[in-house]
Amino acid sequence: MELQVVWFILWGFLWAVYFMLDGFVIGMGMISGFLAKTDTERKILIQTVGPVWDGNEVWLITAGGATFAAFPGTYALMFSYLYTALLVLLFALIIRGVSFEFREKIDNVTWRTFWSRAIVVTGLLLALLFGVAFGNIFRGLPMNADGYQGSFFSLLNPYGLLVGALFVLLFAVHGALYVSVKTEGELSDRAGALAVKLWLPALITTAAFLVYSKTGTNLLANYFAMPVLLVIPVAAVGSLLAVRFFLARKAVHRAFAFSCASVFLVTFTGVTGLFPNLIPSSIDPAWSLTIYNTSSSNYTLKVMTVVALIFIPIVVAYKIWVYRIFRARVTESDVLKQSHSY
Amino acid sequence: MVMEVLTLSRWQFAVTCMFHFLFVPLTLGLSILTAYFETRWVQTKDVTWLRMARFWGKLFLINFALGVVTGITMEFQFGMNWAEFSRYVGDVFGAPLAIEATVAFFLESVFIGVWIFGWDKVSKKVHALSIWIVAVATNLSALWILLANGWMQHPVGYRLAADALGRVRAEMVDFQALITNMNGWYKFAHTVSSGYVLAAFFVMGISAWHLLRKNEINFFKRSFRTAAIFGLAAAILVVVTGDVSAIDVAKHQPAKLAAMESVWETHRGVDFFLLLVPDADAEKNSIEAIGLPKMVSILAFHKPDAEVKGLRDFPRDLRPPVAPTFWSFRIMVGLGFYMLLMAAIGVRLSKKPNFEDYVFFLKVMFFSIPVPYLAGQLGWVVAEVGRQPWVVYGVLKTADAVSQSIGSAQVAASLLGFTLFYGGLGVLDVYLLAKFARKGPDEVIGGFALTKEVEA
Repeated sequence: MELQVVWFILWGFLWAVYFMLDGFVIGMGMISGFLAKTDTERKILIQTVGPVWDGNEVWLITAGGATFAAFPGTYALMFSYLYTALLVLLFALIIRGVSFEFREKIDNVTWRTFWSRAIVVTGLLLALLFGVAFGNIFRGLPMNADGYQGSFFSLLNPYGLLVGALFVLLFAVHGALYVSVKTEGELSDRAGALAVKLWLPALITTAAFLVYSKTGTNLLANYFAMPVLLVIPVAAVGSLLAVRFFLARKAVHRAFAFSCASVFLVTFTGVTGLFPNLIPSSIDPAWSLTIYNTSSSNYTLKVMTVVALIFIPIVVAYKIWVYRIFRARVTESDVLKQSHSY
Repeated sequence: MVMEVLTLSRWQFAVTCMFHFLFVPLTLGLSILTAYFETRWVQTKDVTWLRMARFWGKLFLINFALGVVTGITMEFQFGMNWAEFSRYVGDVFGAPLAIEATVAFFLESVFIGVWIFGWDKVSKKVHALSIWIVAVATNLSALWILLANGWMQHPVGYRLAADALGRVRAEMVDFQALITNMNGWYKFAHTVSSGYVLAAFFVMGISAWHLLRKNEINFFKRSFRTAAIFGLAAAILVVVTGDVSAIDVAKHQPAKLAAMESVWETHRGVDFFLLLVPDADAEKNSIEAIGLPKMVSILAFHKPDAEVKGLRDFPRDLRPPVAPTFWSFRIMVGLGFYMLLMAAIGVRLSKKPNFEDYVFFLKVMFFSIPVPYLAGQLGWVVAEVGRQPWVVYGVLKTADAVSQSIGSAQVAASLLGFTLFYGGLGVLDVYLLAKFARKGPDEVIGGFALTKEVEA
């Protein structure tokens, strides 16, 4: 296999894992405002992601770094074309991160309310912005010989907004299921009930995404050229159905596992549709950024492949180990013993 | 138009990078001290060590959080504001950044979670190990970043070639040359050891504050003493690595050296003037007094008669801005020796049984907390401003590195946004650090601390 293709798959893998892992942190943030009734419950929700959110966010840094190292041409244009959107995204990521840390540091109602709200708002914003950004990448950016012909507001087209809504809903379901798995008693039940409520809108939006991708973009062309690939979107929808199936049987762990699969596979549905583009041009395919015309040299790709093959399995191994250490549900007594939290 | 985007982008990079670097050095050093305290507890079962690990570890975390979140900005900005740089050198420069994330960030971020939340979930040894892993990973991350920066200072292991679209770019041809680039290693050694000094001054300064108030005398004396020894060793290392770095600059970046020392005329056996004021417009120094014969030649080349190329022998457009480079270097070196001296005195005095009565010294140490911060910031001014007009020395000029697709209004808005936003975050973080530093260590029962503010 060509190294560009290897890195394309790895690139998609990194983004998909990032959305799968940060998706439930973002989702937890979004729904925390509706779900938590007391300060202690808010603390419990934050504590469920406390040990892992930072490590999850590193998948984003790695996905960005991999884009830089493997496809510098795409990295350069993607980040400068989406300047304003990325700026807002950055601010939201920063506020989200400090909210978790700062909220518990001062025992004052105004202070805590501020950071609690910041967690909700940045959660919504992050899901929406990532969705809008990837929606526009799936659809293609208006690029020609003179560069980028769009603006921040042209990103807010119907398709971009639809994918934004899709990310919001998928992450919200994902976050609710995570909370349900990681908490106990009434809070866990409420989270499960919220996941049930959000599930149907998420499914409908997923269907709308597939239909609109067929009618309004070129994203599904690869699937019709090579029908075996259809297994990816089919599995994505199947996972989403399985989420509801297991929710109905109160098997939240399984429902959460399938929710992980659905976020991963929805991302991969889009990524597979892009191939061999990284960002298609919506004006003229000649100006698309592809894995061939923006990649690093073969030598660099080789070096990076060796690094990835050695270190990514190690990372996955110790991450699994840490998730196992913190597999227990977070209880009220956990957060009242402040020495074990932020 | 492009000029404005360039200027604004440079300011934005400087603001965000320098802000990020307010948190990095303390992370580098305090992770090691915290790990050491906890290890001593595991070894001796002396609960003071545990309380030290928890108290200093708490301050470490408040600082760490901002270091983490402001780091993402750095990665994004290469693409956002410096697209031409990213395209031109991404084949070489992207690799160490991606490796940093894969090899170091994951370790750091995953094991910090174990350390914060794992007190009753893993054994004492694994818990202590997790903070050691954080410390190693943090330093490893510095290594990869500084290898990337080292390549910008002294590019090696690359060739210029056409990319798939026929545009010239730098391509990596020798990864080994990249990771054995001595410029990067010297920078790494100099930067991390200065981070250790900073952490030592942080611990000594806060300990001094408490000792002046006779709080927890045993606890803070022990903290102070450990930090003083660590800080003295690190301060010596800073001087040694600073010396080898200067020699490397002399060899590979003669214009930077000339600006650091404000040497205008090329000549041999260059004197070092204790009092010197450069005048870039007149291309000379307006004041030169108290000379140490041949000292610049000795410092830069370790040879009294070595020739130093003067700034006048570089075309004006290839000279770095002299005043900021010169003054930053001068002040940084002065502060470096001040810290070496104070750490040495600290090691000596902290042995005394009545150390808490050395009021003047303790006050000075408290007020010295900002000194290493200032020195570190100035060090980066020397490294980065001194490299101008190049962004990659001899390969790519800063003016050619900026993004073509962004407008000055966009960058002006983002620069303003970053400045205000970071300013606010900085105030909050300093406030929290001060609050928890003042509060002092928690009581410990059964191996774990109970905070004084457990709520109902």
